[in-house]
Amino acid sequence: MSTLDIRGLEVSVITEKGQIEILRGVDLTISSGETHAIMGPNGSGKSTLAYSIAGHTKYTITGGTVTLDGANVLDMTVDERARAGLFLAMQYPVEVPGVSVSNFLRTAATAIRGEAPKLRTWVGEVKEAMSALNMDPAFSERNVNEGFSGGEKKRHEIMQLELLKPKIAILDETDSGLDVDALRIVSEGVVRAKEANNLGVLLITHYTRILRYIKPDFVHVFANGRIVEEGGPELADKLEEKGYAEYVGA
Amino acid sequence: MSLLTTNYLTPTGREEAWRFTPLNRLGGLHDGTSTVSVLDSLVGPAMNIPGVSISRVSRELLVPQSHSDDVVVQRTHAESSTVFHVEISAGVEIAQPIHLTRDIKNAGGTELSRVLITVGENARATVLIENSGEIVLGEDIEIVLASNSFLKFVTLQEWDAGSIYAARHHAIIGRDATFESITVTVGGSLVRILPTVEFVAPGASAELLGVYFAKEGQHFEHRIHVDHAVPKAKSRVNYKGALSGDKAHTVWIGDVLIRAAAEGTDTYELNRNLLLSDGARADSVPNLEIETGEIVGAGHASTTGRFDDEQLFYLMSRGISMDEARRLVVRGFFAEIISQIGDESVQERLMVGIDGELAKAGQ
Repeated sequence: MSTLDIRGLEVSVITEKGQIEILRGVDLTISSGETHAIMGPNGSGKSTLAYSIAGHTKYTITGGTVTLDGANVLDMTVDERARAGLFLAMQYPVEVPGVSVSNFLRTAATAIRGEAPKLRTWVGEVKEAMSALNMDPAFSERNVNEGFSGGEKKRHEIMQLELLKPKIAILDETDSGLDVDALRIVSEGVVRAKEANNLGVLLITHYTRILRYIKPDFVHVFANGRIVEEGGPELADKLEEKGYAEYVGA
Repeated sequence: MSLLTTNYLTPTGREEAWRFTPLNRLGGLHDGTSTVSVLDSLVGPAMNIPGVSISRVSRELLVPQSHSDDVVVQRTHAESSTVFHVEISAGVEIAQPIHLTRDIKNAGGTELSRVLITVGENARATVLIENSGEIVLGEDIEIVLASNSFLKFVTLQEWDAGSIYAARHHAIIGRDATFESITVTVGGSLVRILPTVEFVAPGASAELLGVYFAKEGQHFEHRIHVDHAVPKAKSRVNYKGALSGDKAHTVWIGDVLIRAAAEGTDTYELNRNLLLSDGARADSVPNLEIETGEIVGAGHASTTGRFDDEQLFYLMSRGISMDEARRLVVRGFFAEIISQIGDESVQERLMVGIDGELAKAGQ
């Protein structure tokens, strides 16, 4: 049982115009096996929350705490956070030219597990993860995210989620740019990872359609850098109907 | 010995072609103060290769196939007493690389070397030259490709720390012939190579690839010149370099000339530099001179920068340490070109060398 605890998190970015405050005191607790959906309009700070937890240096923490099972996440380097059990599926996964998917996955698995996976079982593991996500085996010889379609990038992210077995995963708009079939395949991958590893999921999304496949236990409405309303799955239905208008500018 | 030694215009460093080169580190190759003390260091493969004739002939028997205004090339033409000739017969297809290496007995001595590689009509071959050891070497390698031939030409500059190498690698490409070169420069004190291409008949193509990795105090300079003098030729240039350490200096010049007659030319050149530490300097100057508008395409790109923070963040967000992430990115950066050498043991040796330098740079 793991718990990611976010308390009073305040985050700024430095721009040419000076320091801009984006997160204004976020409180959120995610435990193993739970699925939390964070929904909100564009520019509300949802992605900033995701990248701040992962440790991107673009974001400056100006207040609050983030702990994973009591350990101070904000003191950890980016790779330490991942090894502690956090995972971020990115909205825009980065191309790494010249580094093959297979080399990347094995290097990451070695880092996370603390030892190189045994070659024989590893090959089988990767094959299984790829076929579950409907990916061509030739995919592993391609360079990381280079020339991938939008759907391929997201499948590749979820394949890592299944192979690296984190405790808590943050999915940043994993549904964006996916057609209906790809959305279903990717969502099934998340559900599999959840069931296999009792994963805690923080699902960041703009739309409710992914929630048909990944049922949230809690829904949080995000606006102007903080959570403005919380509820169960029924809150998503209300958002579907009425949109974010009542939260924006509030 | 030639009597012409003093007839050349000795560069002063103000000339466009010499403005990046530290002349005082050229070992006298440019001003005639060097004394030739090494002869014939280049050696061919031990085994006979059917369809390939390798010989060393007197300079009078093989005159230079091209002109150069480079003073080191001129001195080499005038003073080198022999020519190392690799002759690939028409119509043959040589599967194994023709391996040329250097056997340097007089470490630190000076040599002026002329090499001629001729590829007969319809022939296909790979020539791999491995340069190592300590020497002051001026060299002109001329490569003549007959109609419809193919040559892959790989040179490895893995010189010892004190070596000086100033050379021209000049390809003269005939009708429908294809020339692919890979130039690897990872060792030496000063290396200055002119990879140059002259198209003499339509339908030919040239691909010039290169990688270099300059460490503290090293000066590695590659001055490409592609002369599109005839119609319908294609050229691609892609050089990638990394620099680490104080006063590591690289120079990449990409001159492409599309003459008025060269209608249907298709050319693109690219240079990328990765700065791994402070105190290093990469000069990158693409030059495109176009005398006709009737072309398929002409372009260039040049970038010099540090590690891409987003790439490192992505890798580290998967648990990979900073050092390991940097290693992956640099390996990947060079792999695009090194993987095309086609010799597994050479590729692995270069990659291990790069890992080693990177480990030192990270300290």
